[in-house]
Amino acid sequence: MIIEYVGVKEINGSLVVIDGVKGVSYEEIVDIRLDSGTVRQGRIVQIEGDRIVVQVFEGTRDVSLENTTTRLTGHPMEMPLSPEIVGRILNGSGKPIDGLGDIYPVTKRDINGTAINPVSRIYPRNFINTGISSIDTLSTLIRGQKLPIFSGSGMKHNELAVQIVRQAKITGADENNFGVVFAAMGVKNDVADYFKKSFEEAGVMQHVTMLLNLSNDPIIERTLTPRCALTVAEYLAFELNMHILVIMTDMTSYAEALREFSSSKGEIPGRKGYPGYLYSDLASMYERAGMIKGSTGSLTQIPILTMPNDDITHPVPDLTGYITEGQIVLDRGLQNQGIYPPVNVLPSLSRLMKDGIGEGFTRADHPSLSNQLFASYAKVIDARSLASVIGEEELSETDKKYIEFGRQFENTFVNQGFDENRDISQSLDLGWKLLSTLPRTELDRVDDELLDKYYGK
Amino acid sequence: MANVIYGINGPVVTVKGATEFSMMEMVYVGKQRLVGEIIGITSELTTIQCYEETTGLKPGDPIEGTHTQMNLMLGPGILDNIFDGIERPLAEIEKQVGAFISRGSQVSSLNTEKEWDVTVTAKVGDELKGGEVYATTPETQIITHKLMVPPLLSGKVVEVKPDGKYRLNDTIVKLEDTYGAVHELTLVQRWPIRTPRPVRQRLTPTVPLITGQRVIDTLFPVSKGGTAAIPGGFGTGKTMTQHQLAKWCDADIIVYVGCGERGNEMSQVLQEFSELIDPKSGRPMTDRTTLIANTSNMPVAAREASIYTGITLAEYYRDMGYDVAIMADSTSRWAEALREISGRLEEMPAEEGFPAYLPSRLSEFYERAGRADVLSGFQGSVTIIGAVSPQGSDFSEPVTQNTKRFTRCFWALDKALAYARHYPAINWMDSYSEYFTDLDPYYAENYGKEFVEYRNSISALLQEENRLMEIVKLIGSDVLPDDQKLIIEIAKIIRVGFLQQNAFHKDDTYVPLEKQKRMMETILHLYERSKAVVAQNIPLKRIIEAGLFEKVTKIKYDIPNDRLDMFDEYIKDIDDKILSILG
Repeated sequence: MIIEYVGVKEINGSLVVIDGVKGVSYEEIVDIRLDSGTVRQGRIVQIEGDRIVVQVFEGTRDVSLENTTTRLTGHPMEMPLSPEIVGRILNGSGKPIDGLGDIYPVTKRDINGTAINPVSRIYPRNFINTGISSIDTLSTLIRGQKLPIFSGSGMKHNELAVQIVRQAKITGADENNFGVVFAAMGVKNDVADYFKKSFEEAGVMQHVTMLLNLSNDPIIERTLTPRCALTVAEYLAFELNMHILVIMTDMTSYAEALREFSSSKGEIPGRKGYPGYLYSDLASMYERAGMIKGSTGSLTQIPILTMPNDDITHPVPDLTGYITEGQIVLDRGLQNQGIYPPVNVLPSLSRLMKDGIGEGFTRADHPSLSNQLFASYAKVIDARSLASVIGEEELSETDKKYIEFGRQFENTFVNQGFDENRDISQSLDLGWKLLSTLPRTELDRVDDELLDKYYGK
Repeated sequence: MANVIYGINGPVVTVKGATEFSMMEMVYVGKQRLVGEIIGITSELTTIQCYEETTGLKPGDPIEGTHTQMNLMLGPGILDNIFDGIERPLAEIEKQVGAFISRGSQVSSLNTEKEWDVTVTAKVGDELKGGEVYATTPETQIITHKLMVPPLLSGKVVEVKPDGKYRLNDTIVKLEDTYGAVHELTLVQRWPIRTPRPVRQRLTPTVPLITGQRVIDTLFPVSKGGTAAIPGGFGTGKTMTQHQLAKWCDADIIVYVGCGERGNEMSQVLQEFSELIDPKSGRPMTDRTTLIANTSNMPVAAREASIYTGITLAEYYRDMGYDVAIMADSTSRWAEALREISGRLEEMPAEEGFPAYLPSRLSEFYERAGRADVLSGFQGSVTIIGAVSPQGSDFSEPVTQNTKRFTRCFWALDKALAYARHYPAINWMDSYSEYFTDLDPYYAENYGKEFVEYRNSISALLQEENRLMEIVKLIGSDVLPDDQKLIIEIAKIIRVGFLQQNAFHKDDTYVPLEKQKRMMETILHLYERSKAVVAQNIPLKRIIEAGLFEKVTKIKYDIPNDRLDMFDEYIKDIDDKILSILG
């Protein structure tokens, strides 16, 4: 027997309160039909006796206290899944919008997923060659990792993401078991178009599943988009054994949607008005990356977020950094110098790198080389700040060499063309070439054996 | 009247009307029997925090009380195992439900089928007090598990079973208390997680926890039974430092709590620890380790409990007379779990949304560390090393500040050092240890009075360098006189050659104290000799050109840990070269 409830008790932002509801379960999905005939979906976010609070995904525009009937569906938010989902374009809550019809579900999954048992995880150590020197050498991407790009408005994070997708697909995985899941949250229509066009140009569109919640789409739907995308990705990776790269942009818009929802629910705000559970909430998505026993697939995440006012201590990048396994930080100064990709290598980091590089993975000298490049480049920054006080002329000989090294490093190592694909040994050799411009005694992170082999060669 | 669910909001579930539940009682919620705990009672409403996801719960679902507090099963089988935040064995859950954790899993914390080789030490007629040992069993190849009378029980032994193989729930000793009641003692006991286990007497911590990490052992030592905090923004190496300590410190037992951290990190710990061989025992590290993994996407209330679960396990092994170290990574996630639950309860927030009871909870936790005469008659200790993840890398935030008040060691990780890949990125200016006075006699006795003197000289040099760098930043190093330049050069050796330590180098990952001392000695010897050169107005450049500084910087790699005699050659080489410079 299906009971329909007429009218609502209260409307507040995207939340409606309904009284006298029986047999309801927490996080259940409800259909809300307006008198005009439109049907909206909502989720139960709070229960108090027979009073429920429903979050309406499409917003509460046109809803009045009397013009709705609400029906319980009896299950939490689920995503229909089938192998055909690859290559499709869906809206932010997982419904097809490419005009190719519905997806016939082979199976359905709760979009919230469940936590992977830490015992069942395989520790990721397969290196992904992205062909980008600054990433491959210094913040290596590993299959099964979650490595976000911290960027700012107007920076070239989208280009970088596209370049990674285009170049990373070549190594390791073959054509058939490689796939991309792209989740757009509150991005501009142009940006979504750019990704679509780029994927088509790169010839990977048939491997891409896109979920689009554009900036004019309902905010609440935005909080579902990454979860739907990850449910698709988990299905493809862990059940169909594909290697899936998930690109989620822009996580800041997601967090803002969450904040809006939280405040309309009247929750106590934490830092900058974001809800206190922002960490847990972000973690429930980021932690869905990885590799598990019993599956040969992998789920790698590249979330992109724009740091408001380029502030890395803002709650969204801050909490993200605590959950993800490193970060790639883009720098406006570098971008203004015309350097692409404008990766600021010092704050960038890959935590899984140490076990995925070196002998047997990339090249034996890789760990020492990257260490030395970091150390030397850190000294460049010191030398520059000194030069800004006393002038470059007054610097000691060594410091002058560092300044020159820094210039070369940025212009030839970090800087590379959008179409330039450098393999790992090319990048490493370039690193050695740059280090060789410094006096040998300055290279204190590398042992003599490696220096003899590579220094000045 | 049956207790049924009234309201649900995230992990918080409420029951309407008066109930017979007591505070902190463990309950089963709903048809799936999710584990929960009573956290608030009024005559109108009882509040429960649920340790599992509440999706799908319905008002009207039953709630079942257990009449006990949230407690742990304590007995053999804890080591070489991995649990979630409320002591459910993750490997067993995997066997039952596969790679994804489902809710309401009903598994026993410890394996009740496994047979243990028990040696019964109690005899009929013995008077046993709470905490005293009645039997032992080899839990792993290196750790003997002592079975102890539960702390609150005592009496006369009226029956014992012979030595042999027993399962966890088999009765091996019967104890008659003063009221004539007979208690059956098995291989397990239970203890509530939020209550500290009692000890006979607390002792002053006078023995250092030796970690093999130079910056810690030398400059900022922690004692066995001490507390230390490692605060640092993301990417500064908190987890890496915790891993290094867990691997190398000389505690008997390690309890590693992954509290709201990354899943991949836990799988790394699992893999590394089983591959890593403890040099002292020749057995895998897992033989002395127990892991508690509550990753960031696992339920938030269980994250709050995981810290208490960890410390209770630690105390249990302390009571057997072991030195236990507990690594909590990270206590900030625990504090955030408190905040999240507090927010759901609509409590009045204090600083930054954290509840007003944050400091008292933190101090309760850290006070459970300590060295003590335990009830079994041995001495044991619990050392707490807690990582702190300050929001926005700002050490003035509430969790860092309050942690600072209750810990005596503060290892401040520094972003600038981490950017330059100087690891461990412990900033020597911001960090401190309050254990010097307690520990100095130990150092003096075991490693000579010089050890303390060397350390003080090293600190003084670093302090002096810090002052000089202020000037250098303004006008460059070229204008400094040679004696000050020398300090900068020597401090550089200390920084690069001593403080910085390579966790991936076979010799450098763990350095015995004797070598640490010899390294300091060599560096300071070089300093003293070079001072003589500079005093004669011979340019410092001459020493640099002789390659001495470079050579001493690389001592850490060039002298293996078992060839400490090589230091004599270095000292001699310094003397020779300096003599030839002096002419």
